[in-house]
Amino acid sequence: MSERVNFHFEIDGENFTSAGEASVRIKKHLRDMGFSPDTIRRVSVAMYEGEINMVIHANGGSADVDVYVDRIEITLADKGPGISNIELAMQEGYSTAPDNIRSLGFGAGMGLPNMKRYTDNMKIESEVGKGTTIYMTVNV
Amino acid sequence: MKISTIIDLLHARVLCGEDKLDGVVNSACGCDMMSDVLAFVKEQAVLLTGLCNPQVVRTAVMMDMRCIVFVRGKLPPEDVITLAKEAGLVVLATDERMYTACGKLYINGLAGGEVGNE
Ligand SMILES: Nc1ncnc2c1ncn2[C@@H]1O[C@H](COP(=O)(O)OP(=O)(O)O)[C@@H](O)[C@H]1O
Ligand SMILES: [Mg+2]
Repeated sequence: MSERVNFHFEIDGENFTSAGEASVRIKKHLRDMGFSPDTIRRVSVAMYEGEINMVIHANGGSADVDVYVDRIEITLADKGPGISNIELAMQEGYSTAPDNIRSLGFGAGMGLPNMKRYTDNMKIESEVGKGTTIYMTVNV
Repeated sequence: MKISTIIDLLHARVLCGEDKLDGVVNSACGCDMMSDVLAFVKEQAVLLTGLCNPQVVRTAVMMDMRCIVFVRGKLPPEDVITLAKEAGLVVLATDERMYTACGKLYINGLAGGEVGNE
């Protein structure tokens, strides 16, 4: 691997059935590239939570995974409603998800905390009415 | 615990993965909230759930789980079983309710896991 390998995905916000497909694909790519199961799990779980969030809270978006020799960077960008209080959103159990999402198994308010737990670095940039971009890094 | 033992204890039907019933699981997670499963750290685990959507399979894949047990007699749609088959998972269905299914596995020696917190 010379410098950087990029994987790009458009996340469909209309279709909950496909939510999570990009993360499953990344998991396969990283396995083919020979990363350790622990690294692969951390990257793919963090991305999966973020991917689901873009579908249930932001009507879709895009995901980029940049693989370097020493780290993997995940960038999730959407043009959804934005997050007005990031500190509050980061708290375990805080969720604005409606009941129909809860009956699908999401909306426990554990997504953002899980993303933080599984990554070495996480930064959220969000503007209400404009959208949200989340940057995460997993060191290899 | 062998997956074949789980089948016996829960009188479960095998929906896919017939060739992997000798596989072993070391822990279990009984849950309908997928983020709670994703906060869980053990490898070689079995997921017991009452939800039947594709995200259940994807969640199990993310966590390198071996087996999914659908409780309360629920049968997932065919496309969900196909996803699980592609991922190499064993899928079982039991009429037991969540509490009873988990209890039967627990008293027969299958431990729970921990929540990951690095
Ligand atoms: N991409 C996003 N766009 C807008 N709001 C978001 C986004 N991601 C998360 N949020 C907000 O942060 C809250 C907490 O997110 P999370 O911890 O993943 O919990 P959950 O998804 O279960 O509600 C969400 O309920 C939502 O209000
Ligand atoms: Mg979430």
